[in-house]
Amino acid sequence: MKQIKTAQEAIAAIKDGDSIMAGGFMCCGQAYTLVDAILEKGLKNLTLITNDAGLPGKGAAKLIEQKRVGKLVASHIGLNPEAGKQMNSGEMKVELVPQGTLAERIRAAGAGLGGVLTPTGIGTAVEEGKQKVTVDGREFLLEKPLSAEYAFIKAHTVDKYGNAYIAKAEKNFNIVMALAARTVIVEAEHIVEPGQLDPDRVTLPGALVHVIVEAKK
Amino acid sequence: MSDTKISKRDRIAMRIARELPHGGLVNLGIGMPTLVANYLPKDSGILLHSENGYIGLGPDAPAGQEDWSIVNAGGKPMTIVPGASFFDSAMSFSIIRGGHLDATVLGALEVDEEGNLANYMIPGKMVPGMGGAMDLVVGARIVIVAMEHVSKDGKPKILRKCSLPLTARKEVDIIVTDMALIRVTHKGLELAEVAEGVTPEQVIAATEARLEVRADLKTF
Repeated sequence: MKQIKTAQEAIAAIKDGDSIMAGGFMCCGQAYTLVDAILEKGLKNLTLITNDAGLPGKGAAKLIEQKRVGKLVASHIGLNPEAGKQMNSGEMKVELVPQGTLAERIRAAGAGLGGVLTPTGIGTAVEEGKQKVTVDGREFLLEKPLSAEYAFIKAHTVDKYGNAYIAKAEKNFNIVMALAARTVIVEAEHIVEPGQLDPDRVTLPGALVHVIVEAKK
Repeated sequence: MSDTKISKRDRIAMRIARELPHGGLVNLGIGMPTLVANYLPKDSGILLHSENGYIGLGPDAPAGQEDWSIVNAGGKPMTIVPGASFFDSAMSFSIIRGGHLDATVLGALEVDEEGNLANYMIPGKMVPGMGGAMDLVVGARIVIVAMEHVSKDGKPKILRKCSLPLTARKEVDIIVTDMALIRVTHKGLELAEVAEGVTPEQVIAATEARLEVRADLKTF
């Protein structure tokens, strides 16, 4: 059985400067309760790894707006004007990663791989400083694994073993990120007893989950 | 120019809809490419892929009936169609990069004679990030660019060589604009079709890249 905690307890060990992966795509499938707890605690200079800088006033976008992020690793920041502003002023470092490469770098870290070879980014600025590898005559970029201290995962339902059902298009990065962080916190709308979640409906195995938090209504 | 009331953007979308393979799996970029969905024939059998993690993207969700666990790549609530399936980002981009996507339709800032595409940043001005564009362009079997033929200030966007940072090298197959349909071949760009009311000379004048006019030039 996993520990069920309040959001405040779940993030108690997180310090300024720590790295956090947050699932979600344009805030869809993002752990809002955990993000709010980070804001309340006043944490800053975080490294945030997430698909995008989100939409103003929602989810992890608030971490950027309230200047809690020292470094952002994302594929897209165009719909949150504050992210571009902080990148241009140098207040926040931004590493832009092609979306498929971001998913695979995270998966590689969590799957025990030394990186991935991808054709994405060949002939573009993305290849700068990276090793190129030719396999059967085709050129690939070596993209290295990406891990974090914490992962914030949003689920629809979780049982007390941590087995989670992540609904519809909320899956996005919530599955690979649960592989790649030292501490994985799942925020779920529903927490159920073992046996109540059909094992066939489990999208994230409980073995990857450390802490469970109930989402704020 | 044509005297019909169809907008330039709709004309481009209508032509691209005819180019997509029957029964295919297609990703439409945000903006003008999204309009293509309005012109797919009812029996096209085409399923739309949404990069954030599903196949079977339907129309916008009606007001008051939004399900916020189904959004498109722009974060807008959408619907799904019968035959839909949901998956995570690793699967979504395996589908894209692995050659399982029949076509992708994207906007462009610049395209050039070699089929190079620049559509994700203007240094110092607009740096939104590439999102899924680099993977889509590398992975999709057919890459179709949908854009206005010239920029807002009348400058050519189809160039001898792109000046902006590239999204991908030598991946564009077809360029559809309000003036023309151009195919990218290993020999360069072929002017295959002109829009109704547009002459090949007008297209050549509005294009910096060299165009080979096809002997069987058609009109759309």
